[in-house]
Parts: sequence; C-alpha cells; structure tokens
Amino acid sequence: MKMAGFLMALAGWAIVLAAVVLLNSPASRGGFAAAGMAVQFLGLGLAARAHLGNRGGNT
Amino acid sequence: MNLAGGPAFSETTVALATFLIFLVPLAAAGAALIHTGLSRSRSAAHTMLASLAIVAVAALVYGVCGFAWQGAVGVPGHTIVVAGKTWSWVGGERFFLRSLSSGSPTGIVACFGVFAAGLCALIPLGAGADRWRLGAALFSTVFLAGGIYPLFAHWTWGSGWLAALGGNYGLGRGYVDLAGAGAIHALGGMSALALCWTLGPRRSKYTSDGMPVALPGHNTVLVLAGCLLAWVGWLGLNGTGTLLFGGVSVNALALVGVNTTFAAAAAALTAAAVTRARFRRPDASLCANGWVGGLVASSGGCAFFNPFAAVFVGAVAGLLIPLSVEWLDIYLELDDPGGAISVYGVGGLWGVLATGMLADIPGSGDGQFLAQLIAVSTLLGFALPVFYAWHRLLNRLYPQRVSDQGERQGMDLHELGAGAYPEFVIHREDFSQR
Repeated sequence: MKMAGFLMALAGWAIVLAAVVLLNSPASRGGFAAAGMAVQFLGLGLAARAHLGNRGGNT
Repeated sequence: MNLAGGPAFSETTVALATFLIFLVPLAAAGAALIHTGLSRSRSAAHTMLASLAIVAVAALVYGVCGFAWQGAVGVPGHTIVVAGKTWSWVGGERFFLRSLSSGSPTGIVACFGVFAAGLCALIPLGAGADRWRLGAALFSTVFLAGGIYPLFAHWTWGSGWLAALGGNYGLGRGYVDLAGAGAIHALGGMSALALCWTLGPRRSKYTSDGMPVALPGHNTVLVLAGCLLAWVGWLGLNGTGTLLFGGVSVNALALVGVNTTFAAAAAALTAAAVTRARFRRPDASLCANGWVGGLVASSGGCAFFNPFAAVFVGAVAGLLIPLSVEWLDIYLELDDPGGAISVYGVGGLWGVLATGMLADIPGSGDGQFLAQLIAVSTLLGFALPVFYAWHRLLNRLYPQRVSDQGERQGMDLHELGAGAYPEFVIHREDFSQR
C-alpha cells in the first residue's frame, strides 16, 4: 500500500506538470495544479497509513 | 569575468562569495552538534563520526560526478523538448571537476556545491540517529550528494527546467530559491522522511499499543551551541546564494544578514511561546528546532523579503515546527530524534512557498507562486518516492538498521568499540525491556 501511495504522489506531480505545459489560462493552471497537489497529499496519506498499519515492523 | 563559459561574476562578488562560502561549514558543524545532542549518549560518538564521514563522502562524490550533473548558468546542459519548449534536466559539465581551471567562473559555484551537498547529506542523519548504520549512511550519501542533490541544484540554479518556468511558461521569474530552502533543506528533509519510513522507530520508542515514549536528547548544551554555530553558517549560506544565484548586488548582503537573523529569532521565540502554552515551560530542544527552522525558511528569499516579512516567515516556521514534531511523533509514529523532517522538510517547504507569497522578487510577476508550488510538488512527488525506493533497495542489499542487540548496546560500542563518555556509563534502560 505504501508503494501505491508513492505512485499516487508521482501521479499528482505529473498532473501539476501537465497543467503548466498544456494549459494557458492562469485560472485553469492554478485549478489543475491544486488538483495535482491534492492527489499528492492523498498518496502521502496512504503511505503514512501503510506505515501505521505496519506497526511493530522495522520497515 | 567570464573566461571559459558559465556565469559572469565581478571580482568583488567572487571574493565576497569565497569568504562567505568558507562560513558554510559552520552550518554543517551546527547541524552535527544538534544531531549529536539530540541523540542518546550511547550513540554520541557514532553520530559525530557519521557527520564527519557523511560530509567527507559528500564532498568527494560531488567532486567526482555531482558538479558535472549540476552544471552552471551559461554552461550547456542536457535538454529535452516538451510541447515545443526546451527543458534542461541535467547539467553538462565534465566529471572530476575537469572543466575547472584557474579563473573559471564555474569554480565558485562548484566550491559552493561541495559544501552545500555535505550540508544536505547531513540532514537525514538527524532522523536516523541511534539506529542507522554508518556504512548505510555513507551509501545513502553517495546517492544524495552524487545524484539527487545535483539534479535539484541544476533545476534550481543551473538554468534547469524549474528555473526556466518563467521564460518558458510565463510563471514569474521561474522557481526562485536563493540559498536552498528547497534544493538543500527540503530535499534533505524528504530523504529524512523516507529514511524514517524505512528504518522504523527505535525499539523502545513506542509501546505495543502505539503510545510514544519520550526519549530526550542527551545534551541540550550541545544542541544550543549548535544553533549558534548554525546561525553563522547560515549567514554564509544565504549570503553566498544571494551573490551567486540572486542576480543582485553586494549591497543586498546587509539585508540578507538582517533577514536571516530576524527569521531565526522570530522562529525561536514563537517556538518558545508555543511550547510554553502547551507544556507550561519552554522546551529547549523544540526552541532549538524552531531556531534552525527559521534559518531554513529564510533561505528561499533571504534577499527579497523585507525585514517584517522575514519576521513573519520565521514566526510561521516557529509555529509549524513544534506542532509538526509532535504530530509526526504521536499520530504518524515517525521516530525522528533530531526533528529533521519538521525542521528541514516542513521548514524548507514553507520557505519555498513564502518566497512566492511574501518576497519582492525583481522581474517576477503573475505566476510566481505557481512556480514555487511546482517546486514543492516536485519535492513531494519526485524526490520523496525516489528516496524511498533508494532506501528500500539499499536496505535489501545492505541492511540500514543496526541489529536489536546493537541498538540495546548503543551505536558507539557496537559499531565503534568505544563510547563517547567512557567515565559516565549509566544506562539503566539498556537492561530493561520497556
């Protein structure tokens, strides 16, 4: 699950970059970038939950 | 002066930058003392030796390949074309610093990089204290100082794609990070977070139902002395970054000094107020974390903040850092003895964002904040997963965590064969299972 979280973080970064490359209006860029950041935070939340679920282990 | 390609600096700038660069090792010395003071007494010598060894490996690896991948402004790098725009993704200097000759303007950038790579590589040690094996720390440093740090430094300071967001996409002046709030500190903080997730907590840190146990650092005096050393080091770091990457005159150095100090002062006082409100007394180690966090946050736009903005940047850092330390410890079960994730990760990310919100950057315009946000996104979405993958891979090839027996015995005795304080050996908890 932690790997899935990191993949989501990576996907969020890709959304942010795509917003800058593909869109021109500042409002759309800002909106898509915010969406990308939200995906990243979801991914990091997933990774953090996986860490809690692994309580007692060292990894 | 521009003899062999690269950035053009006046002789005054080079002389001043050289002097300021030679102050930067004090920042590393401060960080090493802070990490050591916040670790346990039975790991003190190990933490200090690891600090020295990490700086040594980082300097050499950066010299071998790091600077080649970082490059410098005006030196052609490797590019790709994305939707008609050129993205420079890695520098094109020669390996082993071969392109440096006497008088080459890239020499001063390489010199700064040698020290900055060492400082960046030291950061994860704070998170891995008391359980991170020396050999694993050095392997990790090779990757950080020879791979990821130079990439970020190129993207930030070497005409890389982040710096070019302004020219390519009209996002203000592109990503602005004068002295490495993102490229040095937040990057090190990401590595610290990935390391914490890989190593797991110290064996007596959490009870079986997940409640954290306080394991205070063994020497607060070392920690606070480290803060004072770090202050001087940061004056050098921020001053150098301003001269080399800010495109401003030497007159800006006075403002840099004031802003750096104001940010650290506001952060330490805010951390003292927060910890007094929460625990009834100011907490010395969290105040120290706040002080360093203020220095970290000031690095992003140290020459472009007005002094009142610098106070605000520091105060927010001083509020965020103690809360973040507590939150990570209690709710995310991240055992970070040195507070590296909060101080450098959270403080650095805040510094990057604050530069977009509060700095008066010449030549910037609409979109500056978005450029800063893209840098934050790159740190979270690229650097953190890459660090985690690297730490996991390294953990399979060369286990990063010391054995249970070694942890019980202490890193000093287990890995070095002698303790830091041989005349004062009292470790009741060595022999009792919590």
